[in-house]
Amino acid sequence: MALLEVKNLTKSFGGLRAVDNVSFHVEEDEIFGLIGPNGSGKTTIFNCINNYFPVTAGDIVFKGKTIKGLKTYKICRLGIGRTFQVVKPLSRMTVLGNVTASAFCRARTMEEAQGEAYRVLEFCGLVHEKDKLAKSLPLGGRKRLEIARALATKPELLLLDETAAGLNPTELDAAIELMRKIRDKGITILIVEHIMKVIMTISNRVHAINFGQTIAEGTPQKVASNPVVIEAYLGDGYAQG
Amino acid sequence: MKKRNLVFLVGGVVFLLFPLVIHSDYYQHLVIIALMWAVVGSSWNLLAGYTGLVSFGHAIFFGTGAYTAGLFITKVGVSAWWGMMFGGMVSVLIGLIVGLICLRLRGPYFALATLAGGEIFRLAAINWESLTEGMVGILIIQTFQSKVPYYYIALAMTILCVYVIHLLMKAKWGYYFVSIREDQDAAESLGINTTLYKNVSLLTSAFFTGMAGAFYMNYMGFIDPEVVYSLHHISIMAILVGIVGGVATILGPAVGAFVMVGVQEAFRSALFGVGPKWISQAHALVFGLLVIFVIMFLANGIVGDWPKIKRTVLRIKEST
Repeated sequence: MALLEVKNLTKSFGGLRAVDNVSFHVEEDEIFGLIGPNGSGKTTIFNCINNYFPVTAGDIVFKGKTIKGLKTYKICRLGIGRTFQVVKPLSRMTVLGNVTASAFCRARTMEEAQGEAYRVLEFCGLVHEKDKLAKSLPLGGRKRLEIARALATKPELLLLDETAAGLNPTELDAAIELMRKIRDKGITILIVEHIMKVIMTISNRVHAINFGQTIAEGTPQKVASNPVVIEAYLGDGYAQG
Repeated sequence: MKKRNLVFLVGGVVFLLFPLVIHSDYYQHLVIIALMWAVVGSSWNLLAGYTGLVSFGHAIFFGTGAYTAGLFITKVGVSAWWGMMFGGMVSVLIGLIVGLICLRLRGPYFALATLAGGEIFRLAAINWESLTEGMVGILIIQTFQSKVPYYYIALAMTILCVYVIHLLMKAKWGYYFVSIREDQDAAESLGINTTLYKNVSLLTSAFFTGMAGAFYMNYMGFIDPEVVYSLHHISIMAILVGIVGGVATILGPAVGAFVMVGVQEAFRSALFGVGPKWISQAHALVFGLLVIFVIMFLANGIVGDWPKIKRTVLRIKEST
């Protein structure tokens, strides 16, 4: 049984079909990539998975049970964590405070929550910034904080939304390394990206969409050499290979 | 002993002994009113400063608490002091309804909805004469002749309210409230039931504000819709107390209460009888100027920006 199944997912905003009949499944312990050019509907799919937007049609099944229509906080408690493409730090709280707040999802007491928050910050390499206000972190730090917060909720499935966007090459390598560490801890990752380097380096399988519709699925190599995918990213001039 | 604990100890002694040392009815009254505003301001601060839901309608809860106490006399025929317990509870029930309507709104829309709510209650109280006696108001015989018992009741209420808010903010709820304030959507994605916690914040705020309203009924002996459901004198005053004292601090509203009551009285009495007569007309103007000053220079209020105040005072002392 797949950990997450997205079945015939359709999301319309009035007349605009942002996601059109997309289906895929994510197996446990894999890193599954969702790629497509800007505006293709990738983040909308995430927003449907954790019911940030209600689904228009189709179903989302997590660990064999449908989660469509469940409140967002309940979906988090069931084991799906997510980061946001445009990072949402809790600005006027400290870094430690940010992660403690999310650790209360599982922790019973203040000591437990703060302890767990500290451990997660160590894991993500943010411990030395723990008393800084979240708004004082640069973008790379905020993105890592976003991940740390999601990790503190002890997810089985982590949705990473364009974690690599805006990072310089050093930060990018560090981000990829962190993703590997997360996968090695036994957390399944569903990652939305449009930076090829990240997808090619770490994904097990990739699903490509454009204009809300599926255009390819398979190993990174297979998808990257698919002419329809190349056309979507680079225009038909390049599609002939 | 740590400096902070020393301040608390001295402050505690001062407040405990105050009415036994200062016998003047006039000053006792001012401090009692300031304590009541410390409660209303702290309650407002819990919802607005810590949870980010800026209410312009706290008169809803104050007035409801006051009328609950009054109705114990006019309808039930028992002492209005029952209102101290039940005023808070009835305000919570009202808060549930207010929450159902307003908590689905954000930011300025929430503010406007609560403002409208306050006005609705005021108009309802004016017109529902069979329940509230309308503009005739409710007049009761005060239980105590001296102000001293009222002082200690107000003090106890203030200590209870501030302490409960302090405990809430130190624990999980504190983290959750601030998370909701900073980014409600992120909070929801982190497993926080934002609907539940917004309600917890609102209902706690309503409870203590209602209790303060019930106290007002008992202490002043007379209420009417224009007094207790007033936008200017209750809802806006609560906001000013919070802003001037320091939003999102535990003691800010208490400090703000004393400052605002002091300023209000200073101007109403034309600087305690010393200044020219026209100054008593200026108090609304002064409130506005005070708020502008605070927003420009002391955005975190007197308590929140206390380090900044200390530095400025030191700098002034050094240059003279």
